[in-house]
Amino acid sequence: MSEGAVAERTYEPVIGLEIHVQLSTRTKMFCGCALSFGEEPNTRTCPVCLGLPGTLPVVNAEAIHYGLMIGMALGCEPAPRSIFHRKNYFYPDLPKGYQVSQYDIPLARDGRLGDIRIHRVHLEEDAAKLVHAGATGRIHSAEASVVDFNRGGTPLVEIVTEPDVRSASQAAEWLRLLRVTLRQLGVSDVNMEEGSLRCDANVSIRPAAQTTLGVKTELKNMNSFRFLERGVEAEIVRQEELLRAGEPVVQETLHYDPRTGALTSLRSKEEAHDYRYFPEPDLVPVAPTEEMLERARAALPELPAERAERMASEHGLAPDMARLLAYRTELGDFFEATVASAGGAEPRAIANWVTGELTARLGESDPWESKVEPQALARLVAMVGEGAVAGSAAKDVLAVMVTDGGDPAAIVDERGLGTTDEGELAAIVERAMADQAAAVDKVRAGNDKAIGAIMGHVMRETKGRADGAEVQRLIRERL
Amino acid sequence: MSAELLKLTAAGAAERVRAGEVSCGELFEAWRERAGADELNAYLWRADGPPAEQPAADSPLGAVPLAVKDLFCTEGVPSAAGSRILEGYRPPYTATAVQRLASAGAPLLGKTNMDEFAMGSSNENSGYGPVKNPWDPSRVPGGSSGGSAAAVAAGLAPWAIGTDTGGSIRQPAALCGVVGLKPTYGAVSRCGMIAFASSLDQAGPLTRDVTDAALLLRHMVGADPCDSTSTGLPEEVRLPSAESLEGLRFGVPPELTGAGIEPGVREVFEATLARIEELGGSVQEVALPHSDQAISAYYLIAPAEASANLARFDGVRYGVRKGGGDLRSLYEETREAGFGPEVKRRIMLGTYALSSGYYDAYYGRAQQVRTKIADDFRAAFETVDLIATPTTPTVAFALGEKTDDPLAMYLNDFCTVPMPLAGIPAISIPGGLSEGLPVGFQLAGPAFSENRILDAAHALELSIGFDGSAGRV
Repeated sequence: MSEGAVAERTYEPVIGLEIHVQLSTRTKMFCGCALSFGEEPNTRTCPVCLGLPGTLPVVNAEAIHYGLMIGMALGCEPAPRSIFHRKNYFYPDLPKGYQVSQYDIPLARDGRLGDIRIHRVHLEEDAAKLVHAGATGRIHSAEASVVDFNRGGTPLVEIVTEPDVRSASQAAEWLRLLRVTLRQLGVSDVNMEEGSLRCDANVSIRPAAQTTLGVKTELKNMNSFRFLERGVEAEIVRQEELLRAGEPVVQETLHYDPRTGALTSLRSKEEAHDYRYFPEPDLVPVAPTEEMLERARAALPELPAERAERMASEHGLAPDMARLLAYRTELGDFFEATVASAGGAEPRAIANWVTGELTARLGESDPWESKVEPQALARLVAMVGEGAVAGSAAKDVLAVMVTDGGDPAAIVDERGLGTTDEGELAAIVERAMADQAAAVDKVRAGNDKAIGAIMGHVMRETKGRADGAEVQRLIRERL
Repeated sequence: MSAELLKLTAAGAAERVRAGEVSCGELFEAWRERAGADELNAYLWRADGPPAEQPAADSPLGAVPLAVKDLFCTEGVPSAAGSRILEGYRPPYTATAVQRLASAGAPLLGKTNMDEFAMGSSNENSGYGPVKNPWDPSRVPGGSSGGSAAAVAAGLAPWAIGTDTGGSIRQPAALCGVVGLKPTYGAVSRCGMIAFASSLDQAGPLTRDVTDAALLLRHMVGADPCDSTSTGLPEEVRLPSAESLEGLRFGVPPELTGAGIEPGVREVFEATLARIEELGGSVQEVALPHSDQAISAYYLIAPAEASANLARFDGVRYGVRKGGGDLRSLYEETREAGFGPEVKRRIMLGTYALSSGYYDAYYGRAQQVRTKIADDFRAAFETVDLIATPTTPTVAFALGEKTDDPLAMYLNDFCTVPMPLAGIPAISIPGGLSEGLPVGFQLAGPAFSENRILDAAHALELSIGFDGSAGRV
């Protein structure tokens, strides 16, 4: 094959995600210490989570319950008997010299969330935190490192996907779905900046149409959706450049620096790590009883993916629209409350207003905390539907509702934003057509776009109160 | 008065306390003074005064003080598991078994010497020097609970507890002429025991007689919320009273009683079998076909677990810290200085056995053998009630005799290793003397058969009438 052919080849990214979720249980994974939220270092510790001689782990029943809920929410099959293993390696943030984790038999496996298959869901304990004393706070220039064991032993659920993700944006979008699902379950704070949701990505690329997998690299700990997307994108580009240049991709762990966009190799020496997994002899297998499974099942709320399907069929929404609402729980709730209180307003129209104008004005903030009442929004949408207020004027009404609250009908009256009556509007249309004679000629000659100039004139005169469709009808009658 | 007291069994002393003939304080002081006369290096720490909380005179264990193997954590009291790496380490909590015994009225008398991290069969692997056998100070007391066995045999302690992983209670009990019981795995909580091999370690009593062993065991056992693998026993431990063995079937496995047993030990063993028949029991051969592989499986499983259990001794949080500058030297120099040669050998063996590419051939295969061994015992106990073997192939050997040959040392455990692999209980009682040294007789039973074992051992003990006074220095 010529070099040109290689250079022009298109590649398909193959991405799998590994997500660590800190559970918001009352106590740690294997001891009775309360979870830590920024307390003084080493104040949330006990002999067990410090790994003192003679101490033994005891599994946190609440963590198992949350783990089962997550497994079920992701459509996984819980294992009848899952096993804890020891993952052995030396590091000061690991007090026992091994992490208690799950290996060949995880808590649950083989599920799906959205378009992505879930490989496994397992339980483990978090490591402690190293604090590097020195100017930069980074390990390389540190004068000394100290260990804060508060975080050590926090329950973690690790979720591993199948390599089903095909782009950086899909990775970020799917992670959002996962986050909202976990938040809906109430099992974690799912805060990426604070590390309660952490995502690693395994990235490889392969020539389009090839079915075998390329060599993968692992991107560690991208602590926001944006960084995940950018990091994966940068890695895809890097791998493409390598392959186009005829160089191999080397299996390694990479760190993405969001400030510089650089990818640097981490612990390449430790890549050959042999963790010497073996079954943790201090623990017995986790064998969920029918009662435990039932309790986990009963604790599952309606999940975003299911909700999107239900909303699409119940309210006749397009799938994209339904997802938009369902993946932001508070938005979906506000939408459904508005629909429920609607006096004749069409759900699809309400959905457009909630995801369009309302979201544009509120941004990420919760509509329930705004001054807009669902009933008021329902009335506004109904008024638009009835032609009592024009679409463009209704946007101004909503702006008032967002800043001051209140009833849309009252706002329309107060500010004279109601639609003009037909006689008045006809007169304005006629004036506009006289004024825009050139545009009228163009439309007559077949340039339909020229109608915009006439419409614009009418809208200016009516200050947006006129209904666009009605204006158009009146113009066409007179052409 | 105090010399008289020291001759009593623990149960006997408890009775005197209960009868008001001696006070708790007097009893403790008498034993404290006696422990202070230790010339065997049996103790690593001794109480320097009466216990903070004096037990009640009517407490179940009658205020009789207890010697505790150094690997049990005792709050504020040195607990180093016989290792230099934990020199001076004082834990912030007390092991469940020690706590239970203290609550039942057995205050802590001292901490006894042991092979480092319980790895050894002669006590010569202690980081604090070997213990001497009270019957002959030129010989080993056995191990790893050598300090506990020697202290009880020498009358330096009324009773003691130890731990057994591959024979570490029964073997020193045999070599010192005392009673040692390894309970069913899970009967006693492991919480607070500095771990050697978690799936095998089990605490148990070392005592002058079978009654004392039953009494201690009764107050050690029980499920513990801090140990997920603890189950307790399904029925209360009874104080044994049997004098006959009528109706009991004893199995003798040729695999554990044939080659390798020295003639003097064999003689005592056979005499004890004859005694069983005199007492109404029947003796028959029973097969344990996989037990010849027990040592191999044990020396993969135990070191594998130990290699992980001992990873926490890294110089970061407690114990010895050496090296510095960088992390690697901290780890390497701390562990180089803190661990003795046998511990290092086992960490390396275990690390190797778990390595990627070797796991299936070593650790995985050893676990399969372990299952076979457990199956052998289950099958055997369908035809017999108890299994009898010598506890050790030889009497106590000379200090230094086997230190250069680890394999010979390991083979010394071949009669005691199969039981912990199967998780079943076994006792060693003194069967008699050979060359003036004690010979142990071992009885093993199915899981949770402690009462059956104790009853049979009691009947035999009565009949044997072993005189341990020659061991008391």
